[in-house]
Amino acid sequence: MAVGNGAVDLSAAEARRLLDAGELSAVELTEAHLARIEAIDGDLHAYLHVMAEVARRQALAADARIAAGHAAPMTGIPVALKDVLCTTDAPTTAASRILDGYRSPYDATVVARLRDQGAVFLGKANTDEFAMGSSTENSAFGVSRNPWDRDRVPGGSSGGPAAAVAAGTATIGLGSDTGGSIRQPAGFCGVVGLKPTYGRVSRFGLLAFASSLDQIGPFTRSVEDAAIALGAIAGHDRYDSTSAAIPVPDYRAAMTRDLRGTRIGVAEEYGIGGMEGMEPGVQLAIEAAVRRLAELGAEIVPVSLPHTRYALPTYYITAPAEASANLARYDGVKYGLAVEAPTLLETYERTRGQGFGAEVKRRIMLGTYALSSGYYDAYYVKAQKVRTLIKRDFDDAFARVDAIVAPTSPTTAFRIGARTDDPYQMYLSDVFTIPANMAGIPGIALPCGFADGLPVSLQILGRAFDEATVLRVADAYERSEPWAGMRPPLGREVG
Amino acid sequence: MESGGGDRFEMVIGLEVHAQLLTHSKMYCGCAARYADAAPNSHVCAVCAGLPGALPVMNRAAVEFCILTGLALGAEIPGFCKLDRKNYVYPDLPKGYQISQYDLPLCIGGALEFASEGAPKRAGITRVHIEEDTGRLVHRAGAPGDEVSLVDLNRSGVPLMEIVGEPDLRSPAEAADYLVALRQTLRYVGASTGNMEEGAFRCDANVSVRERGAPLGAKVEVKNMNSFRAVERALRFEEERQRAVLAEGGSIAQETRGWVEASGVTVSQRTKEQAHDYRYFPEPDLPPLTISAEMVAEIRDRLPELPGARRDRFASRYGLDAKEIETLTAEREVADVFEAVVGPDGTAEAARRAANWIVNDVMGLQRARGLPPEQLPINAAQLRDLLDAVAAGELSARAAKEVLPRIADGELPRAAAGRLNLLALDDEEVVRSAVTDALAASPSAVADFRAGKKAAMGRLIGETMKRTGGRAKPEQVRMLLEEALTES
Ligand SMILES: [Zn+2]
Repeated sequence: MAVGNGAVDLSAAEARRLLDAGELSAVELTEAHLARIEAIDGDLHAYLHVMAEVARRQALAADARIAAGHAAPMTGIPVALKDVLCTTDAPTTAASRILDGYRSPYDATVVARLRDQGAVFLGKANTDEFAMGSSTENSAFGVSRNPWDRDRVPGGSSGGPAAAVAAGTATIGLGSDTGGSIRQPAGFCGVVGLKPTYGRVSRFGLLAFASSLDQIGPFTRSVEDAAIALGAIAGHDRYDSTSAAIPVPDYRAAMTRDLRGTRIGVAEEYGIGGMEGMEPGVQLAIEAAVRRLAELGAEIVPVSLPHTRYALPTYYITAPAEASANLARYDGVKYGLAVEAPTLLETYERTRGQGFGAEVKRRIMLGTYALSSGYYDAYYVKAQKVRTLIKRDFDDAFARVDAIVAPTSPTTAFRIGARTDDPYQMYLSDVFTIPANMAGIPGIALPCGFADGLPVSLQILGRAFDEATVLRVADAYERSEPWAGMRPPLGREVG
Repeated sequence: MESGGGDRFEMVIGLEVHAQLLTHSKMYCGCAARYADAAPNSHVCAVCAGLPGALPVMNRAAVEFCILTGLALGAEIPGFCKLDRKNYVYPDLPKGYQISQYDLPLCIGGALEFASEGAPKRAGITRVHIEEDTGRLVHRAGAPGDEVSLVDLNRSGVPLMEIVGEPDLRSPAEAADYLVALRQTLRYVGASTGNMEEGAFRCDANVSVRERGAPLGAKVEVKNMNSFRAVERALRFEEERQRAVLAEGGSIAQETRGWVEASGVTVSQRTKEQAHDYRYFPEPDLPPLTISAEMVAEIRDRLPELPGARRDRFASRYGLDAKEIETLTAEREVADVFEAVVGPDGTAEAARRAANWIVNDVMGLQRARGLPPEQLPINAAQLRDLLDAVAAGELSARAAKEVLPRIADGELPRAAAGRLNLLALDDEEVVRSAVTDALAASPSAVADFRAGKKAAMGRLIGETMKRTGGRAKPEQVRMLLEEALTES
């Protein structure tokens, strides 16, 4: 085979060209990934469930479809699905004991769309339990490891798909981002992660964490692949009333590589120029990235997002409040774990007591409290008001600029266990990503250098439903730097 | 008696009614909304079973039914409303929350006008909003410790409308009359069957007895009343209970009480301290609803003539008496049949005749056949044909009553009458011979008639009719009798 073991390093765009040219088969591509999963995932633990048989069947079908000349952009492309996306042919657990072994009778809309395109599902990837966390350390089924340093976390909550795409055990990953759960792990793992505009991608079949914030998006090894993957999953869905009936543009065509005349905002509140807790290596890499964007012809404009510092506390009212209701259905009556007890109340208590992990319980309690009579106005209502102010900050800024750049995270990947005893420190790793969720706007994370051998990530935010500009800026930047071509050493030492 | 003039106490009642809406599909999914006779859990999908990842989609027809009801009650329809999550945990509520409306309902204000004990009454409506029904628990008996509760989710997600009434009702009888009138309005606009026994129309009551003129006392919520009769009985019991407490100088505790039909008492279910905190917050899975003025106008155009207006018109247009009007307008379908039979140009006489037939004979047959109140056994065209045949003298009234069941079975009036040998006698010779027989058999009546007792004619007509099996036309019989009596 012409491509050899390098098949696992191909971008989706490269793989597409080889598949369509008959130089590579979907079966070969799939087998190369399954072999690599077999070789390294025991250690990496990006996957909770490998769908080898499903993948092989899909690869055969993909080859037939390609041969018949009906290939879609995702036909034959190997994909890792975060385990909060419902699939009929594999368990869907949200990395929670309460859903251990749960099998969904229906596919999430994004899963169905990829299936229709003939994508190959390699497996269900790890996550913090119910997507609550920033490291995958809250997974009930064990932490995933960062391919750049196995003693470090891959970020979270979508750490599984991020690690898989970084390690070459998937070409594309799908994750969900409620407060940074795509962008932060993409940053920690040195890959591209895109959180689309709220409403751009259907949430039907996504196990809800915080319904007004959750959004599904791709992990890829190039910005171009992010455009391809978004094109495959975006668009209105009649089963999700919050999905927008706004046409999906041709994202690849929008990537003109030209930044002349593009105004890019740099927000003082985003720590550029110094912020407590920001690692110097991150600071340096972001500053260099801003200079590079200017060299590429973009106009750098200082902007202000004054309510940024309220985003984190506001998020930790809103998201747990919604989660407290979203997770009420896991009661041991209908599906999943059921710990029977003499009375109904005890059945609830034991099922949920044993089924949920500490972080999930913490957030259910936080959210229940914030919604309780007598506290509702002080917490939930106030948080919604602040949310409006955060949104207004972005509206004001985007009246003057086309995109805003920021660090994805104040630090590079931290060591496993370093923050597990301090939830607040853990929450701080999402400080730069949360505002985009609060405002519903799109954001992309992409590699912008290294600090002490660990990837640093640049975040680019855009106007609602203007993923095209975000992708254009990200693509132009990516092509001007070597970062996208760099791969972690994992599993390559012996090869 | 309780509410008599010298009474220190006064009862204050506000009713909350939940009515299932007559949509084809459920509130937030495509499952069939009608679940009667369906096997348990056969009308269930990911959405109404609350499976992980499922999302609700609003049923537009349910929104329209709710607005239609609001308009029928004279409510204001705000241009903007939203859905909220009402959080509580129970096995029949698969999501662990009910999607309802909290502070911005679809319909605000309005009133229901109705009659109680012969007097017109008006009770305010606080609001009307949409929400979803829960599933049902089926308890299966067993040895102690072996009882099983089964969950049937066919009802889960069925569209509901909650109509919250102001505390404007002053007696159990008034509350019952309000309910009947409200149910009638819902049936007129086609929003709900209003069937209480089937659970399509449910009522909770907020009850408080206070010293006349005093501010409202602690309110007691009464639940589990499954029929109109149960509502009235439960409220009477509750009134007596609260009066007794107050009369002894005690005070009423705010609580929820359940009506126990078998023993005829209410029992405490939940005290104020145990009241639920539903932790309402806006439903993030459903965008707020924008209700345009055009949409409201379009729905308003669909409003039928409402019961009150129809009653007034029946009185002025047809001159019917109140009792008859009440019966004819109880169901919109029956009133429609009546009007179709009378026709647009029908005389008061035709109206009286049609009303008489419907109220007595047609509805008698309806009851005999156990049909639902809105479903008459014959349609307007059939009844009109029958009455036309009577008017034309082809059928006697008695014959018409006899063929009514045949017509209900689909036969044409004349064909049915012919088959039953009930058609009026057209053969004058046959009638003449019956007259001759009758005169021969009734010498005393003949003598009376000749002696100037005109009333004897009635007896002779009766004798003749008897000899024709009732098929002769009475007018013809009279004519032939007079002819024979003057001849001889
Ligand atoms: Zn359903």
